[in-house]
Amino acid sequence: MSLVNYATREITCKIVYYGPGRSGKTTNLHYIYGQVPDDRKGKMVSLATQTDRTLFFDFLPLDLGSISGFTTKFQLYTVPGQVYYHATRKLVLQGADGVVFVADSQARQLQENIESFQDLHANLGEQGVDVRAVPLVIQYNKQDLPSDLILTTEELSDALNFRGVPEFAADALHGPGVFETLRGISELVLRRLSAAHKG
Amino acid sequence: MPLDERLRFDTLVVGAANRLAAAAARAVAESPGAVYNPLFVYGGPGLGKTHLLGAIAHEVRAHYPALTVSYMPLDDLVEEMHAAIARHETDQLRERLQRVQVLLLDDVQFLTGRREMQSEVLRLLNTLQAAGRQIVMASDRAPGDIADVDERLISRLSGGLIVDLTAPDYETRVAIIRSCCQERGVELAPGVAEELALVSAANVRELQGAFNRLLAHQSLGETVDVSRVRELLGAPPAPRRQQRPAANEFASFLTDITSAVAEHVDGWRTTVADAIAEWSGAGYRTAQLETLLAAPEPPPNWEAQVRSFVGAAERLRALEAAARRLDPDLAGADTFRDPENVGDAERLVERLSAEASPPPGPSPEFTRDSFVAGTANRLAVKAADEVAAEPGRRYNPLFLHGAPGTGKTHLAHAIGNALAANGETTRRVAVVRGREFAEELIAALQEGTVSRWRARYRAIDALIVDDVQAVSGTERTQDELFHVFNALASDGRQLVFVADRPPQALEGLEQRLRSRFEGGLVAEVGMVPRTGHAAPRLSMPVAARGTDTFFLDDEKVTWTWPDIGARLIEEVR
Repeated sequence: MSLVNYATREITCKIVYYGPGRSGKTTNLHYIYGQVPDDRKGKMVSLATQTDRTLFFDFLPLDLGSISGFTTKFQLYTVPGQVYYHATRKLVLQGADGVVFVADSQARQLQENIESFQDLHANLGEQGVDVRAVPLVIQYNKQDLPSDLILTTEELSDALNFRGVPEFAADALHGPGVFETLRGISELVLRRLSAAHKG
Repeated sequence: MPLDERLRFDTLVVGAANRLAAAAARAVAESPGAVYNPLFVYGGPGLGKTHLLGAIAHEVRAHYPALTVSYMPLDDLVEEMHAAIARHETDQLRERLQRVQVLLLDDVQFLTGRREMQSEVLRLLNTLQAAGRQIVMASDRAPGDIADVDERLISRLSGGLIVDLTAPDYETRVAIIRSCCQERGVELAPGVAEELALVSAANVRELQGAFNRLLAHQSLGETVDVSRVRELLGAPPAPRRQQRPAANEFASFLTDITSAVAEHVDGWRTTVADAIAEWSGAGYRTAQLETLLAAPEPPPNWEAQVRSFVGAAERLRALEAAARRLDPDLAGADTFRDPENVGDAERLVERLSAEASPPPGPSPEFTRDSFVAGTANRLAVKAADEVAAEPGRRYNPLFLHGAPGTGKTHLAHAIGNALAANGETTRRVAVVRGREFAEELIAALQEGTVSRWRARYRAIDALIVDDVQAVSGTERTQDELFHVFNALASDGRQLVFVADRPPQALEGLEQRLRSRFEGGLVAEVGMVPRTGHAAPRLSMPVAARGTDTFFLDDEKVTWTWPDIGARLIEEVR
């Protein structure tokens, strides 16, 4: 997927929020959607079940307007977290310019985080993407929960962030950390603008 | 009424909320009565309406000391009016008001329900406006929202420019506080101005009140820092940081992205892509640039490559234009689309130019000097000389007709030679016989090179068609001649036609050509040596129609000879 099209002067970033079920990927998108001025946001497409679980995926187009003469568009996707939506996850992940891994900070969810993270690596590998090269950040969500329920960011970092990618603590429901995460992944993705051309 | 000296433009903090109003007020102050008359400013209390009026007053007084400027709140006007009525001096008051050159009327909303006052104000406005005096009014609501006011007055109030003032945004509020500090010569602890701007938001007056309260505390020797602002002002504590204004989050994200894009987008690629967009849009092949764009690193000579591409493309454009002049069919031809292969295009144009022999020129033997002028052809010769001197301007077309042997052809070539010798404007002169013109067209039709043939004729500076009667009765030739005529005549290029008879006597000549032939000057070339006495005839188109007899003679001459010849041959057989 061409990230920056010099001929048509367009920059398009596809960013996928990945993570185990109920870790708060859709919540991230909802928060962002709520902050975007009306003239900049497209229609958020959310295919959710009655219990608010993402069935297929969420899609949030963000039109950032003209930046340095380039029409810049961000497309934010989430994958369904549940194990049995494996095929959908792979589909959504295709052509991603960057991935946000949303981890659930709850102590009892640690194993699911690890499995999902492995699943992400497996899927990227399957698509022939160099896992070490794809822009990735990790968000430790639900840090607002009582401390006895959650792991600290250090503990989570030890468990998940063996690659040392940028990591963010977040409370996606109320907002802290959401834009920091988006900014983190955007910068990684944009840094590849020139790198992408260089091969 | 005296105005606060501090209400000036330089003490007015201009933000998004009052930019338009401030600009309008400034324009009015700079040229009172000339723009925006009346100017109507409205906005909630404490947003700076009176400041604007005051600023206008001060500015006008500074620029035009001779002008009478009067600022009055509506209530003052009402008071004065009542007092004047009591003293029976209403006329004097009216006179005094009507002498005012810039009237600044504040709090116009108090006109509500005051019928007599309304008619008084209406009269005053009419008088002042008729005299070109400037009127500026301020109100806390728009003219249409002032209740119980005469329609005529509302339309008068709305007749100029209406601008509104809204509450200043956060940044403007901070600027206002800072400007207040400057004015008072005081300093606030870091962050206090910003916090104050957050706490007090409704209007500037409240903001100044809050500012004054902080200053009062400060002057008592209390420490006024950010943490105490809300407490001192009795405002609720700041909301938790999480709930801070949301739009900023996206805006700051956008700012960061903007700088990231600017940092990571390659300038050289943008230049190359721009060139691709420009030239591929114009139909040129840009493969060379596309290869360049795909390069992983900027090649050291990329600028030179782009320059050479653009140079080649521009050369192709010039070649195409040249080719199009020679053969219009070649416009947009593929040969002129590949900047990597300019050679082909150059060769093509070279070949075309070699092939494109210009139409035949005048024969050098027939000069004007060797042409014998006499009374019979005086007019035709004079016309010919004038045409040669001022091609395209005197008689266009010049239509010469005369019996065989009168020297028409000589005169035609002489004109051609004179035109060709004329210099820059008529370098390319074509002298062609009607018959040749038709034959060339037929040959071009046969070869499929009609447009090239046509282009040859359209490229010349002057066209002389001898024996134009030969085109009579033709179809396509007349069409082509018609188009060539229009192309040349519309461009002011000289046309000369020579025939054995005047246009109206040319049978089989299409009406559109005939009328064009007659549109310039039709002059007869008489037989000078032989007849001697035949007067030169100027057969003006309109006059000529009635004088058939003269032309009948001509026809006899031209038509009988071939007829006799044919009859003789017939009889001999």
